[in-house]
Amino acid sequence: MSTLVFLEHHGDELLKGSLGVLAKATALGDGEVAGVVLGSNVRELAASAGNFGAAKVYVADHPQLEAPLPQPRVDVLARLVEDGGIDTVLFANSVLAADVAAGLAARLDAGLNWDLVDLTWEGAKLVGKRPALQDSVYVEVGWTSEPRLALFRSGSFDPSATDGSAELEDLQVALEDFSTAARMVDQAHEESEGPSIEDAPVIVAGGRGLGGPENFVLVEQLAKALGGAVGATRAVVDAGWYPYATQVGQTGKTVSPKLYIACGISGAIQHKVGMQSSGTIVAINKDANAPIFEFADLGVVGDVHEVVPKLTELVKQRKGE
Amino acid sequence: MKIAVCVKQVPEGSSRIDPETKRLDRSGEGALNPFDANAVEEALQLRDTSGESEVVLVTMGPAKAQDALRKALAMGADRAVLVADEGAAGADLVATSYALAQALERERADLILFGQQAGDSDGAVLWAAVADRLRLPVVSQAAEITHGDGKVTVKRQTEFGYDVIEAELPAVVAVSDAINEPRYPSLKGIMGAKSKPQETLSLDDLGVAADRAGERGSRTEVYALGDPPARGDSTKIDDDGNAAQAILDFLAERRLV
Repeated sequence: MSTLVFLEHHGDELLKGSLGVLAKATALGDGEVAGVVLGSNVRELAASAGNFGAAKVYVADHPQLEAPLPQPRVDVLARLVEDGGIDTVLFANSVLAADVAAGLAARLDAGLNWDLVDLTWEGAKLVGKRPALQDSVYVEVGWTSEPRLALFRSGSFDPSATDGSAELEDLQVALEDFSTAARMVDQAHEESEGPSIEDAPVIVAGGRGLGGPENFVLVEQLAKALGGAVGATRAVVDAGWYPYATQVGQTGKTVSPKLYIACGISGAIQHKVGMQSSGTIVAINKDANAPIFEFADLGVVGDVHEVVPKLTELVKQRKGE
Repeated sequence: MKIAVCVKQVPEGSSRIDPETKRLDRSGEGALNPFDANAVEEALQLRDTSGESEVVLVTMGPAKAQDALRKALAMGADRAVLVADEGAAGADLVATSYALAQALERERADLILFGQQAGDSDGAVLWAAVADRLRLPVVSQAAEITHGDGKVTVKRQTEFGYDVIEAELPAVVAVSDAINEPRYPSLKGIMGAKSKPQETLSLDDLGVAADRAGERGSRTEVYALGDPPARGDSTKIDDDGNAAQAILDFLAERRLV
């Protein structure tokens, strides 16, 4: 087996999700595992994957790969997979990675299984596990031909740091005409302040049910009492109540803290995918039919404006503050 | 401007997987995939701000996918194309994107829209595969679309913030469910939907060979269905004034506080 892991980066960091998939690929323990980094001025970044289990990293360093757009990446990967004898390509889900994986599937007529949470060998078959229908059933899926492409659900695996170094191999970049027909004009990314919520052991998150930006203070106070960080839903970030860097969900951070307390959050799929792998989930919402109650360990049907401040006081008392 | 919207029929209400075929049970009532309603709405808004425009729906599915098409026609789309063929059943991404690309090739739309995901399979990848087959630029997670001068400008929402991406037309764009609030069909729309042109095509009509379609043309397979790992007991309580204490006790028991 010759496995390739798509290593996505943002700024000067390889994404945690990609490194988690790299750890999974290495742990499968069969054949060679290489990473691939595509971007501009990324050779140093590519080399850093050696500290996470990659013995070999392919790198395409080219100005036309600077913007995080999928199609130029498909061009480079398609050639690498065909010429490099690669039979399996693994991706950690993201807005970019999903589009790259699907474009590559069409280009190579290769099977793509998505939303996987695990990958194992069963006899001579590589088997992926995919939770389906609101996670009520686990589907075991496979591939009928090579190369096999797999897209993993966010937060499925943790990276594993090793003392290693990676051998770099440079790739040629030759792009299709249609791959340059989309251009990045502007990137409005807020720089986050303070530690990233991705590493917080406890997250208290607020949604539209808080009623207004002024009520986020309730969430902040509870987070402070528990020694945690504050998260937010897309709806409230879009409404300007809270900064983008705190957004948890499909278009936001993927988090898996030990404890996640959702305050006034309905639990739409957009939010769920970013926090469903949390250890313990507590939800407070006044709508008894909110989808969040389907995957919360403890659900409270009640008014966040009453329950949250009371809980903050009780936590403080317990801690003797 | 001609706008094609790719839509999908999904089972109404709760879905199940047929243990025999290991495919999604599509025997019950069908509904328009809710995420596709955002794409239809966006197409209608773009049509109505640029004269001489047409919105055509394209779908692949069983014959009764007509139900989903009728809902989108009632919202205001102009006509519909349904690829319905028994040979297309069990198609995965490779087979579906191939057949859909053939259907779209006939339409030659300036803009091809998709919704952000399928409500049944949770698939959120089809547009990129279709765009590759059509050799067109693609942008996903669109939170805003404007067009002019032979191109679209898309505000794309990612994990890190907003990107602004320009793509030459024709282009493929997948919209986020935050882009708009889909309209409800009016009574007039519902009545009018029945008389709008609806075309049904077979794989033969599209020139799709049998070995590139359905299960035969697919590159993935389903081996087994199993139960999800137990998540532990889930408790739901009503706040009677003591919910905060109940949460604290729960956290203390799990050593989380």
